[in-house]
Amino acid sequence: MRTKTAIMVAVLAGLHVVLMFAGFFAPYDPTTQDRDLPYAPPTRLHFKDSSGFHLRPFVYAWTSVLGGDQPDSSQESSQESYKEDRSHEYPIRLFVSGPSYKLLGIYETSAHLFGVAEPGKVLLFGTDGYGRDELSRVLFGGQISVSAGITATIIALLAGSILGIIAGYYGRWIDESLMGLTELFLSLPWLYFLLGVRAFLPLHLSTIRTFFLLTGVIGLIGWARPARLVRGVVLSSRNRNYVLAARGFGGSDFYLLRRHILPETFGVLLTQAALLVPRYIAAEVTLSFFGLGVNEPVPSWGNMLSTLQQYSVLVSYGWLLAPACALVITSVIYSSLADVFHSRLKSYST
Amino acid sequence: MKLVARLTLHVCLFTAACFAAAPVPEAANPGEELARMADVSGHYGGHLTIGQRSEPKTLNPVTATDAVSREVIGRLMGDLIEINRSTQQIEPALAKSWKISPDGRTFTLQLRKGIRFSDGHPFDADDVVFSFNVYMDEAVDSPQRDLLIIDGKPILVTKLDQYTVRFALPRPYAAAERLFDGLAMLPKHLLEKQYHEGHFAQAWSLNVQASEIAGLGPFRLKQYVPGQRVVVERNPYYWKVDQKNQRLPYLDELVFLFVGTEDAQVMRFEAGETDIISRLSSENYNLLSREKSRVGSQLADMGPSLEYNFLLFNLNDLSGKKLDEVAGKQAWFRDLKFRQAISAAVDRESIVRLVYGARGAALWGNVGPGNRLWVNQTIPHPRQSAETARQLLKAAGYSWNAAGQLLDSARHPVEFSIITSSSNSQRMKMATLLQDDLSHLGMQVHVVPLEFRAMIDRVFQSFDYDAAIMGLGGGDADPNPEMNVWAFSGTSHLWHLRETQPATDWERELDQLMQQQMVTLDYAKRKQLYDRAQQLIAENLPFIFLGTPNILAGANAHVGNFHPAVLDPYTLWNADELYVRGPAQENAGIR
Repeated sequence: MRTKTAIMVAVLAGLHVVLMFAGFFAPYDPTTQDRDLPYAPPTRLHFKDSSGFHLRPFVYAWTSVLGGDQPDSSQESSQESYKEDRSHEYPIRLFVSGPSYKLLGIYETSAHLFGVAEPGKVLLFGTDGYGRDELSRVLFGGQISVSAGITATIIALLAGSILGIIAGYYGRWIDESLMGLTELFLSLPWLYFLLGVRAFLPLHLSTIRTFFLLTGVIGLIGWARPARLVRGVVLSSRNRNYVLAARGFGGSDFYLLRRHILPETFGVLLTQAALLVPRYIAAEVTLSFFGLGVNEPVPSWGNMLSTLQQYSVLVSYGWLLAPACALVITSVIYSSLADVFHSRLKSYST
Repeated sequence: MKLVARLTLHVCLFTAACFAAAPVPEAANPGEELARMADVSGHYGGHLTIGQRSEPKTLNPVTATDAVSREVIGRLMGDLIEINRSTQQIEPALAKSWKISPDGRTFTLQLRKGIRFSDGHPFDADDVVFSFNVYMDEAVDSPQRDLLIIDGKPILVTKLDQYTVRFALPRPYAAAERLFDGLAMLPKHLLEKQYHEGHFAQAWSLNVQASEIAGLGPFRLKQYVPGQRVVVERNPYYWKVDQKNQRLPYLDELVFLFVGTEDAQVMRFEAGETDIISRLSSENYNLLSREKSRVGSQLADMGPSLEYNFLLFNLNDLSGKKLDEVAGKQAWFRDLKFRQAISAAVDRESIVRLVYGARGAALWGNVGPGNRLWVNQTIPHPRQSAETARQLLKAAGYSWNAAGQLLDSARHPVEFSIITSSSNSQRMKMATLLQDDLSHLGMQVHVVPLEFRAMIDRVFQSFDYDAAIMGLGGGDADPNPEMNVWAFSGTSHLWHLRETQPATDWERELDQLMQQQMVTLDYAKRKQLYDRAQQLIAENLPFIFLGTPNILAGANAHVGNFHPAVLDPYTLWNADELYVRGPAQENAGIR
């Protein structure tokens, strides 16, 4: 049991470190367009060439086969298709210097984990319709999507636990009115609500503002469910014998909450957190998918996926599903973590 | 066994009820003046299915405004004079000939004798006079009315005899014959009552009984199933015959299926459920061409369309509106050098390649290479140059700070947003490319996708926007439909709407040129005027022209006489000549 948790936590931490240091792990700038390489498929890694096997993998550059400036106006497809240019090998190098970026938003550097010499390009996830490196976009997009999920979760849990504790501890009309409010919030069709909210906002919001606005709104709408859970825990522990005893010895409300009741809610909150983060990441994706989230050229998993609304893109360029895979993987890790928390919580209480 | 037999019988009866009842073409009446299409051949039978993005809103040709309704109505109705979509020239239709008075103000049209509406009722001059009265009636509020009211005066329509009608225009009007295309002739005997009772606009809604609607087009209404389809069947009285004097159309039926989105259209076509598809995007075209051998289809790239897509700056008069932020930016937008710099920085080749998949053309003016008759070939096509753009900006007093941001003469950073319709992926893509091009000049550009109606509202009503990417044109090759864009008082004079007088000298000259070309009857002289107009537009850049897509269409391999055109309706303009190749298709039920 413990090892499973440890593995989960390690994987999760690893994922977040990669996203946090996206600039370092991504070989390119996520917004730089290479207009000669739209919809380039993922670069293949090679180990073997005519001179034999190499331990260091290398790549070939893509050359566009059709779709030069003049299309053949005949019936045949003028679609860009790519062929490996075998005349030159570009070995993958580690710790190279590339386009500069700000690490953690502060420290300007140009160090990248891997890359190849110009004019070669290593495009492990291919490129999108503007020739932007999909891998770099998935990493930078993950920064926004995942941190939006986490921020929204923190907001929701904070608001939810405060209101839940108040409702559970003080009971009576406070409880009733607060729980009535949660019912209202739970029945809200939140997607339409958000669509409405976005329509009232000014035309262009900066990325940062959009981000906080969205997370704020998602989080504030999401407080209801954790509030109900916390209230239940508080309600049941309020009348436990040790709490009553502490009260009898003259413990203040604040003391009772801090010392005896709050610790009881941690397990529930942790499980909730692990459940809510993937859900709110998906919420950000949904909103960006509908054009309500972060705008071009800044990537987020949602706005990257929105190009797949077009049928032709979806069936022709499968590698653009990368952000969806990333989303699924992240969600799976988080929800199995929630499972682990949940079963540990159970074993505690029994 | 009996049961099976009975069931089979029922199925047969059902299919028969659905399909076999297609009316048989009537034999020619003595004295009936039919139009003979000498180069058209084919054979009778079968039906074709067309997927439409949405349901038509009405079947009333006078009040219909949306493309989907017009696509259906166009098959049911006939015009006096038609524009041949393939040659882009006018052709006699219900009017077999016409005379123009030397001053170009009086048109005398000879109607075909003895032809009948699709319900068998004869057609004559009374129907023509009635139709024009309806189109020009202010109370009916037809979108075509604007074309027929010249200098505030209506066209005088007089019946001279049963088959002769005279049209008197208040002043000479260039290419006035083209006006007749798109003005469907209405059956007076069916609509007169409703017109006089004052509810013409409600006539011929989708729920109309098939017996209450009649036209002079190749087909007539058979059935409308809400949310699913409109079925039209052969008009047995249609007035065109092929080279063997067989009465057209060849097809028994046309089925318009409501499928929803463009993607759904493509998937239905791919699956062989629909037979004809038009207005394809290049991505879908490429997708279909890869599948071509499997699906068995004929695809056509007709070359650049007449549509022009452009970046538009808000130059409207904002006094009295609380839009200080936009008004502050207008100082940049009004500066010609600023607009020239943007035009120089735009990478049009990338737009053609990345947005149109190389199936399109770059534009530097409002008339593209697709319009062979009117394009001004002397307009320069400079290549993209960030260097030129920087020099222009420098000359206009702009500078750059240490971070590379562009600053205006008051040292404010240049930052604006471009709105575009979120449902148009091609224009969204253009905006993203533009954003990147302009970021190299140090301009900070935001792309704001808006729902289509919200965008239109900002551009036409509230003026609350900085810049927009839009598209116009595509109706006809002639310059006259462009009047509403380039005349200063035009309803689509987008960059500066509701002007009371031209704001600049070039706009004044442009307006004069457009008015002049409208009354000039000689093509060469008109071309000269329109060339100068195009030059003025290209030099003063009220729009930054970007590009135009090719017209891409496809049809099932068994569709005969499939000749798509660059003019709307791209594929169904010759629906009367389309036929099903090979042995007439089995009536397999509506698929």
